[in-house]
Amino acid sequence: MSDAVQDYTTEVLDWRPFVTPVRLDEATPEQMEAMKITPANKKISDYVLTLAHDPESLLHRSPLFNGIMYGRDGLDRGSRELGAIGSSIVNRCIYCIAVHARHYNQATKTTEVVEEIFANETAAKLPEREQAIFDFAVKLSAFPPAATDEDMARLKAVGLDEVEILDLIMSTSIFGWANRLMHTLGEPVPLK
Amino acid sequence: MTELIETLVGDAFDDRLKQLPARRAELMALTEASRKAVLTPAEPGGLSHALRALIAVRASERLGDVRMKDHYYEHFTQCEDFYDLVGLVDADATSDDPWLQAVLDHADMLTCRPRTATKADINRLLAAGVGDADIVRLAELAAFLGYQARLVAGLRLMEMSR
Repeated sequence: MSDAVQDYTTEVLDWRPFVTPVRLDEATPEQMEAMKITPANKKISDYVLTLAHDPESLLHRSPLFNGIMYGRDGLDRGSRELGAIGSSIVNRCIYCIAVHARHYNQATKTTEVVEEIFANETAAKLPEREQAIFDFAVKLSAFPPAATDEDMARLKAVGLDEVEILDLIMSTSIFGWANRLMHTLGEPVPLK
Repeated sequence: MTELIETLVGDAFDDRLKQLPARRAELMALTEASRKAVLTPAEPGGLSHALRALIAVRASERLGDVRMKDHYYEHFTQCEDFYDLVGLVDADATSDDPWLQAVLDHADMLTCRPRTATKADINRLLAAGVGDADIVRLAELAAFLGYQARLVAGLRLMEMSR
């Protein structure tokens, strides 16, 4: 059994559950529906098979997550990923960070922001716009949530409008959910 | 539109949401559907609706969110058999039942310090007799509450800054 990945990375990782996932050949119709099993899509990850233990939650969260992260209009893709990264750094979800740091780098065609965050975590020094977004995400993700009206004012000062701010709040908050599943129900391992 | 927004943020935001592109209102509706899925699911497994509401009350107290706590306390007292759990409403109250205490301890960890989570936390639940499906259900509930608390905190900041 390979050791869990402990350090920040943008590599593609695998995920190993701490509980026994649902077996596909034993899944109920509700679980099949929640996993979006179709004749064309039979390859299901252990993560989804683990979450299939609670099909009602999975059924609604999947479109919520996709709408928040990939929906059209509003905040640019990279900034939504930065909200996701802020939450994932606070909660130290190595798997989530790997996925969304990779997405951030792809969306922005840069690597410097991610490298700085990997080096200095919540104390990262970033360009003004990225700093305002990242700091807001980090503070909103704290326990208890600690973002203030000053943090909100900084978002407006770097040019975010109301819809974009709402998108940042949602992309950060949904990782308050995702991190608490991925980081607590299993662990990241190197891809086989 | 949704209980979440009206109760925890305010009617003014609800009206404003209608002015924004439709995608945002759809996401709030999916949030509401998710809330029902974790608080009052059709298939609750080993976690009764009353226990789920209790966990929401305790998490709200830990989060220092009075409005969310009042909201979930009201919901808790409308659940069947809530009275059996009423002594555990205080977030520091403990149970003599090892299964129940393991569930409450894990919910606390998920709310307050998820970054510390390890396989040992899951093993403690398994040792206390909490099954795989209930472990996932508990994680979904506590994780949803973590999402909701931050969404609401952010929306309130938006309202304050207008």
